[in-house]
Amino acid sequence: MLNYLWGAMLLLGIIYGAFHGRLPEITSAAIDSAKEAVALCVTMAGVMALWVGLMEIAQKSGIISRATRKIQPFISFMFPGLPKGHRAREYITTNIIANVFGLGWAATPAGLKAMEELKKLEEERKRCPVGGRKAAPKGTASNEMCTFLILNISSLQLIPVSIIAYRSQYGSVNPAAVIAPSLAATLLSAAAAIVFCKVMDGRKSL
Amino acid sequence: MKTVIQILLYLSDMLVPFLILYVVAHGLLARRPVYDDFVKGAKDGLKTVLQILPTLVGLMVAVGVLRASGFLDFLSQALHPLTELVHFPSELVPLTIVRMFSASAATGLALDVFKEYGTDSYLGLAASILMGCTETIFYTMSIYFMTAKVKKTRYTLAGALLATLVGVAASTWLAGMMK
Repeated sequence: MLNYLWGAMLLLGIIYGAFHGRLPEITSAAIDSAKEAVALCVTMAGVMALWVGLMEIAQKSGIISRATRKIQPFISFMFPGLPKGHRAREYITTNIIANVFGLGWAATPAGLKAMEELKKLEEERKRCPVGGRKAAPKGTASNEMCTFLILNISSLQLIPVSIIAYRSQYGSVNPAAVIAPSLAATLLSAAAAIVFCKVMDGRKSL
Repeated sequence: MKTVIQILLYLSDMLVPFLILYVVAHGLLARRPVYDDFVKGAKDGLKTVLQILPTLVGLMVAVGVLRASGFLDFLSQALHPLTELVHFPSELVPLTIVRMFSASAATGLALDVFKEYGTDSYLGLAASILMGCTETIFYTMSIYFMTAKVKKTRYTLAGALLATLVGVAASTWLAGMMK
C-alpha cells in the first residue's frame, strides 16, 4: 500500500512540478524536508521518552491491569457471545487499553492475537454453538470480529502524544490545547461505532 | 457553546499534570522504584522514535515535493466547489483521504498543514484533532483480517467509515468553535 502511495506522491509532484517550472523549488523541498524530519524526531524523542517512561510506571504499579479489570463490563456489553474465560477476551481488552493509553506498538500484536483467537472461536462454534451463536461460514467475519475491528478503528485515545509533539515543533502557542477537543471527538466517533455495532450485532446473526 | 470550549481548554491544561501526578503517586504508593521504571520506559520510547525516523524522512520528502510542485494547492482548489457544499475545508481533503490508508503518510500531510497555515489556525487545529480521532481503516482491516484469514468482512467497512465520518465532522466542528 505505502509503496504505491509513496511512489505516486513523488512521481506526481515531480511531473506536475516540471510542467509548471517548479523544479528548483522541488529540489530544495526534498533536501529541506529530509533535514526537517530529523529535527522533528529530536522533538518527538523527548516527548515520547517522557510518555513511555510514565506509562512504564503505570504498568509496573498496576494501573494498566486495574484499568483492564474495570472495562470488563464494557467488553461483556460489546461481545455478548464471547464466553467469560475465553482467550480472545484477554487480547481484546489489552488491545483496547493499549490504544487508549497511546501504546500503539503494544496494541497491534494484541489485536492480531485477538483475531486469531476469534478465528478459533469460530472453529469451536462449528462443533457446537458457543455463547448462543453458530459458526460463521469459512472466510467470513464473525460478529465479534466486525465489532472488534470497528471499535479499534474508532480509535479511542486519551492523549494524542505525537500530535502534541508535532505541534510544539511547529511553534504552537499551546500544543496541549487539542487534548480535550480530541478526546471529545474520539468519544463521539467511538459512540457512533458502539451504536452501529450494537444495532448490527442485534440483528439476526448471519 | 462558548463555555463548553472553555471547559475543554481547561481540561486540556489539566490533563497532563494530573496524569503525571496520578501515575507517580500511584507508583510510590505501590512501592515501585518509580525513577528506574521511568528511565527504562523512556529508553523504549527513544527506540520507537528511532524506528520511525526513516519512514518520516521518506514521507516528509514526498509531501514536501508534492507541496513545492503546487499540486496540493491545485487539488484543494479543484475540490473547492465540492467541499463548499458540505462546509468542509478543501485544504484538509488530501489529509482526510490519505489518513484512511497510511498513518505515516497522513502525518506528513498534517505537518504540511501546520507549516502552511500554522498549528493554531483553524486548519491546524482541525488537522490536529482529526489525526487523534481517526484510524488507518484500510491498513488495519487488511492486516487484521489477513491474520484471521477472512475474505468477507461484512459490515466492518460501513462501521469503520461511519466512525471516521463522525470523527472528521467533529474535528472541523470543534476546531471551528476553538477559533
